[in-house]
Amino acid sequence: MSENKERIVLDVAYQPQVRTGTDTKRIMLNVILALMPALAVAVWQYGIYPLVLALISVASAVFFEWGYRKLMKKTSTIGDLSACLTGLLLALVLPTNAPWWLPIIGNFFAIVVVKQLYGGIGKNFLNPALAGRAFLLASYAAIMGRYAVPKALAAAVDGVTMATPLSYMYSGAAMPGYMGFKSLLLGTIPGCIGELSTLALLIGGVYLLATKVISWRIPGAYLGTVAVLCLIFGHEGYGNGEWMLYNLMSGGLMLGAIFMATDYATSPVTLNGQLLYGVGCGALTVLIRYFGGFPEGVTYAILIMNLCTWAIDKGFHRHQFGVSKEDIAAEKAAKKAAKEAAK
Amino acid sequence: MSIKNDFFYTKNYRQYVTGCDTILRCKITANFEEVKLMSHTFKGGVHPNYMKAPEVPVTVIAPPSQVVIPMIQHIGAPCQPLVKVGDYVKMYQKIGENPVPVSAPVHSSVSGKVIAIEPRPHPLGDMIMSVVIENDFQDTPELMPPLTEEQLKDPEAILERIREAGVVGMGGAMFPTAVKIRGGIGKVDKLIINGAECEPYLNGDHLTMLNFPTQLLKGIELVRIANCVEKAYYGIEVNKQDAINLLSSLNPAQYGIEIVPEEVKYPQGGEKMQVKAVTGREVKPGGLPSGVGCNVVSTRTCYAIYQACYEGKSVIERIVTYGGSALKAPVNGLTRVGTPFKHIAEQCGGFVKTPRKIVLGGPMMGICATSFDAPTVKGTAGVLFFTEEEDRHVENPTCIRCGKCITVCPMNLEPVFMYMYYSKGDYENMEKYHVMDCFECGSCSFNCPARMPLTHAFKTAKIMFQVKSAKEKAKAEAEAAAKEAKK
Repeated sequence: MSENKERIVLDVAYQPQVRTGTDTKRIMLNVILALMPALAVAVWQYGIYPLVLALISVASAVFFEWGYRKLMKKTSTIGDLSACLTGLLLALVLPTNAPWWLPIIGNFFAIVVVKQLYGGIGKNFLNPALAGRAFLLASYAAIMGRYAVPKALAAAVDGVTMATPLSYMYSGAAMPGYMGFKSLLLGTIPGCIGELSTLALLIGGVYLLATKVISWRIPGAYLGTVAVLCLIFGHEGYGNGEWMLYNLMSGGLMLGAIFMATDYATSPVTLNGQLLYGVGCGALTVLIRYFGGFPEGVTYAILIMNLCTWAIDKGFHRHQFGVSKEDIAAEKAAKKAAKEAAK
Repeated sequence: MSIKNDFFYTKNYRQYVTGCDTILRCKITANFEEVKLMSHTFKGGVHPNYMKAPEVPVTVIAPPSQVVIPMIQHIGAPCQPLVKVGDYVKMYQKIGENPVPVSAPVHSSVSGKVIAIEPRPHPLGDMIMSVVIENDFQDTPELMPPLTEEQLKDPEAILERIREAGVVGMGGAMFPTAVKIRGGIGKVDKLIINGAECEPYLNGDHLTMLNFPTQLLKGIELVRIANCVEKAYYGIEVNKQDAINLLSSLNPAQYGIEIVPEEVKYPQGGEKMQVKAVTGREVKPGGLPSGVGCNVVSTRTCYAIYQACYEGKSVIERIVTYGGSALKAPVNGLTRVGTPFKHIAEQCGGFVKTPRKIVLGGPMMGICATSFDAPTVKGTAGVLFFTEEEDRHVENPTCIRCGKCITVCPMNLEPVFMYMYYSKGDYENMEKYHVMDCFECGSCSFNCPARMPLTHAFKTAKIMFQVKSAKEKAKAEAEAAAKEAKK
């Protein structure tokens, strides 16, 4: 027996010798699972086509990731499911009636230009899915602004396309009766695939919080800022509370706050930095919704804050363990005294 | 006076045979009141899978036919052997010593003949001068006289005995306890006893509390007297509720001890975390707990001090937890110092799977042994035989910037940036992000979903910093010497 043991080759490593079971793949899978209720609502209201669009989008995202890494002779990273997630998110911010080739173009921009050219997962400084959407918004504005009629409203509305709740709010017109809070909650409204039902997105958000994929800081600060600003400033023709709820529940705000703004690579990692980032996203969203050229502000608000992430992280250096405020003050005073003495 | 093989213990029933053949029985869960107080804790930390097995009875690992006693079982100057090849030594007999202050003598854990004094594999790597003793299985003891009533009240006498018995920090750091206590006298106003045992797998402290509660409290009292303080705070994680109940029932106040329940969270047992949890004070960067008036002593050390002062026994055995997926089941074994791992594996029933790693101590801060021939030492709280099952290593780990390392760091550090600067070799910024404050608890690496080697990087960076400052110091000294030579 002892002879056998002599032949065992032992590994040596620094601590820790155990690791948590949650790895990158598990986190990505959790986010994908959390998006399923939102996708299900789209299928419920618009039939199978949104699902097909999502599958095309995921497939093309994975293909571009695989293809780029292969071409550049880098290790394949499709196993971590991050490309799947980007593909899915991009599909969820397209209109339900988008042509089948649209996500492919969007994904090329998202995966190759935004993500891989900067070094792949964790290194991109813009949210790939949102950057893809911004690219498509600029290139195919007409397609991106045309929304189909959901099944629930087919009897009430004539025609193939209709205006979203947000465009009513943008133009200042009164909200039609069939777009009450209940329809916004359940998702019986026109809009992008993933942003229909506030309820479905909240379920996903709770799941992400429960599995500790995200913390409350970014979505909390984001939604809180939007709520407070809308409550203060209000809008003509709406009650302030009503206006606030409409703002929170319409457009891509929930999807953006829960799933887009919390993207790891492009949001701050410092705890107070995350709060500031959330507040910044919220303020910019409200600013664009009030004064911008588009009805929707979430995409650009988050992309702009993405660009500030590095600076925010630098600014919120944590206090050193064991150094109290008095210590810092004493050190400053000592430096000042030394300077004066030098003079 | 040897402890027989029928010494055993289970979580609910206590029964052990002492040298005088007295049998003590005690059912713990039913008889005592639940002691529920507010748990104390610190910021950050992780919740690993604890894998603890305090319900496994303590078994005695039969002493091997040859024990290997390394001359370094502490931080400080290595011991010089006091015996020659061919000498007969008794159990508890001092066989190695160094007269310098920062050192601790070593003792024989069996009686028998010295057959070799040569470098042997040490659990912490490298070959270290060791005394190899052939066991005669007689366990003929050579005890020191127990301290008298007056001596038990005299800090100096206690400290002398602590040093003489070779007591070191048995939580794993292995710093000579007498030196630590002596350094804190006058500065320390709060003595903290560390009973957190926050590392997964390990049960030694828990079982010591349950088996020897009175002895343990008396040992803490001695440490308190040696430290010249009025009160000792005993921090115990609440996953050891039965131990808290038992110790509370023995009126710890009469020994000047207050029990402080703590939240179950790793690294609660870290020195700085204990100080923070119990007193709310924060140890200064680069400082010792005595800098903020605290001293932290581990449970097992207190019990060793009891044995040294009341029974005259030196440190030669402790309860060690053996675990990991290579073993069929975890074992809590009363193990002599100097038992080679090979012998332990046989005593634990052999391997069911081929081990890949031998981890000394807990899995969070434990390091790897490099040889099956290496023996256990005073600071070995656990030996874990890990296979591929525990291995979550990945090729080409990539940071996804999730920031989970920041939320768990108990020292308020930002590992994600520290690692970034480390990989660039940017020392200036590493210092700015306080890499030297890292005490390598491993929480960030544990929690990293991308499996980045964070703790590894910081440990390396700290060594590099030390080398750098040593070089600068040497250079400055050389320059000064050259200047003087010119004069």
